[in-house]
Amino acid sequence: MKKIFSVFAFMLLVLSFSVPAGAIEPDEILSDPALETRAREVSKQLRCVVCQNQSIDDSNADLARDMRLLVRDRILAGDSNQNVLDYMVDSYGDYVLLNPPFKTSTALLWLGPIIIFVLGFVAVGFYFRRRPDENITNTLNQTPLGDDERAKLEREFSAPSNDDDNNKGNSK
Amino acid sequence: MRRLIYIIPLLVLLGVGAASIVQMKSGVPANELPSVLIDRPVPDFTLAAIKGQEVGFSSEDLKGQVTLVNLFGSWCLACLIEHPFLMRVKEQNLVPIFGLDWREKTPDAGPRWLEKWGNPYTRIGDDPDSKGAISLGVTGAPESFIVDKKGIIRYKHIGPITPDVWDETLWPIIQKLKQERPEQ
Repeated sequence: MKKIFSVFAFMLLVLSFSVPAGAIEPDEILSDPALETRAREVSKQLRCVVCQNQSIDDSNADLARDMRLLVRDRILAGDSNQNVLDYMVDSYGDYVLLNPPFKTSTALLWLGPIIIFVLGFVAVGFYFRRRPDENITNTLNQTPLGDDERAKLEREFSAPSNDDDNNKGNSK
Repeated sequence: MRRLIYIIPLLVLLGVGAASIVQMKSGVPANELPSVLIDRPVPDFTLAAIKGQEVGFSSEDLKGQVTLVNLFGSWCLACLIEHPFLMRVKEQNLVPIFGLDWREKTPDAGPRWLEKWGNPYTRIGDDPDSKGAISLGVTGAPESFIVDKKGIIRYKHIGPITPDVWDETLWPIIQKLKQERPEQ
């Protein structure tokens, strides 16, 4: 039992250090590990244009494979990561980037959630602030007690407790 | 009076509903992204000839006349649907068609397909690794581009060219572009 547990623990340990391999076939990998790392980095930022929401690094679609190979070709040819991304954006537009850049056409996309949050916050604020406000204004706006009311009030408070029944009846 | 505020969500919902109905009635598919390449020069590419032919084609070949660039593959069923129509365009000499033979599994597949069904293309470039297709922002076959005399992409059509698409959209654009002067 203890042995099974330790094997299981070892497996967990190994798995926790492993990196997901993506969809890359062994024949695609560049021999220079530094360049391959860069290619992986770029691939992870590029959308597979024939899939719904996968990077070309994750997708095993034919076109994704060709895009991965093109990324590697261009890196080998001396392109910077940004050059490669720019090349893809030139053909496919911002859509090819999994993280759309912030610009006027995407401002609503990025700021929308913040705007909605702020609006919600303001609405909640109004909701909770209104009540005490109303109480204060209501008190201030009340017409002062008339002479007969004041006299009655004084009578009620100063009345000794032997007049209990009468007291109850009047206060309501 | 303040109760009116509770109507706002209903109004927003009605607004969204109305907007989607307008969108649906307009006939423009919501998921079709306009190509970023429209009104930009054809990206640079040079494609080798397919097996059995002498010349491939490069983006330079598209300058000087209005052309239709068509991406096809022998594996692509929808390409076979538009193929008879492309043959008619060629027979009537309406516009030169330049073909990208995309992602053939073997070098023989493309030539054999053209031999069987006919070759409507003025020139064909072999694109086995999608270099041409990716530079044109292609997501599937068939896709066609109308390129003007200056080598600038003016229109992109996704999917097979049907007689309706040709009569209503592509041919009017081509006719208009043919009247443009090559140098402007």
